[in-house]
Amino acid sequence: MQNTSVAYDSKVEGEVIVTQADAVINWIRKHSVWPMPMGLACCAIELMAAGGSRFDISRFGMEVMRFSPRQADCMIVAGTVTYKMAEVVRRIYEQMAEPKWVVAMGACASTGGMYRSYATLQGVDRIIPVDVYVSGCPPRPEALLDAMIKLQDKIGRENAVKNLTAQNAEFLEAASAAQGS
Amino acid sequence: MADSQITDLLQRFEFLTERPSADHPAVNCPVANLVEFCRTLRDELGYDLLIDVTAIDWDAASPRFTGIYHFLSSTEHVYLRVAVDCEDDIEPSLPSLVHLYASADWHERETYDLMGITYEGHPNLRRILMWDDYPYHPLRKEFPLAGIEVPLPAADVAERTQAKVIAAPMMGGPFVSSGDGPMSQTEPAAKDESWTEKREKPERGTLS
Repeated sequence: MQNTSVAYDSKVEGEVIVTQADAVINWIRKHSVWPMPMGLACCAIELMAAGGSRFDISRFGMEVMRFSPRQADCMIVAGTVTYKMAEVVRRIYEQMAEPKWVVAMGACASTGGMYRSYATLQGVDRIIPVDVYVSGCPPRPEALLDAMIKLQDKIGRENAVKNLTAQNAEFLEAASAAQGS
Repeated sequence: MADSQITDLLQRFEFLTERPSADHPAVNCPVANLVEFCRTLRDELGYDLLIDVTAIDWDAASPRFTGIYHFLSSTEHVYLRVAVDCEDDIEPSLPSLVHLYASADWHERETYDLMGITYEGHPNLRRILMWDDYPYHPLRKEFPLAGIEVPLPAADVAERTQAKVIAAPMMGGPFVSSGDGPMSQTEPAAKDESWTEKREKPERGTLS
């Protein structure tokens, strides 16, 4: 388990803060999540409600909804993903810059929900990695907020370079293979 | 109103026959007379709106497919349903009405997509709901609700994700309301919970 705290010791001269890179980077990341609303069905209405003043997602530092994948780092898949749309969801996910996270909002995005049918992708985790699932049909805005807080906790716990490592894994493997030969 | 509407039509067009209907007046029309009949409906009888185009699959019966058209007169405020049997049971086709009613365009594409009826003379008869390469027509009787396994529409995404279009796990479904009683007690539910994805559906008659 990593140290997730940012320690401040006033006895150290010059107001220096001693901490770990992971703790700082994750602290920054988790308090400025920029979600991308992938609104595909009725869950998107609840997602909009979560952004409105009554539920006010900005209390948690993630009110900057971006409709461009280039400017977002958390895709909220809100709604039924059809097989025809699956390609689009996957491509938009790939266009998002690392690090990135995915929230599957509602029964349809999580499992296909009540759409046990020829046209519906049976869970968005078949095409993109999902970090948090939200149950409900549709989930209330509070449920989404709770999921986003859980996502913040998850971001706070992870290795800040994990995505770089995953991206470079192939390259490192190839490099070590070349070294070995 | 409705009675005289039907009588007038039957008198004027000898090829029409009356069709049993629970709501709007309905007639059967032979496929050869369809375009001529619809042109008269539009130009002389005031049916200026084509509200819906759909079809029926009668499964084992022949003729297997019946095209259905709903017309509305915006001056008389009356509907008319016209049913047309397709001659071919294997490759059903009907004449397109796009040159008469612009609204037929997407309706005919949808019926082609889901029922596989070819509309001859349609300017752009492509699938409208399913993707272009989809091999089946899902509303036909022989097509299972859960679907049939085929590749994902985009080959490169399919390769990266290893995902496929699968037959959806029905898990005792389809989850439909029984329709009896108040809605609070007839929520959609599985009818048969004796099997799951992991436990196979028992053969009929083996349940004690």
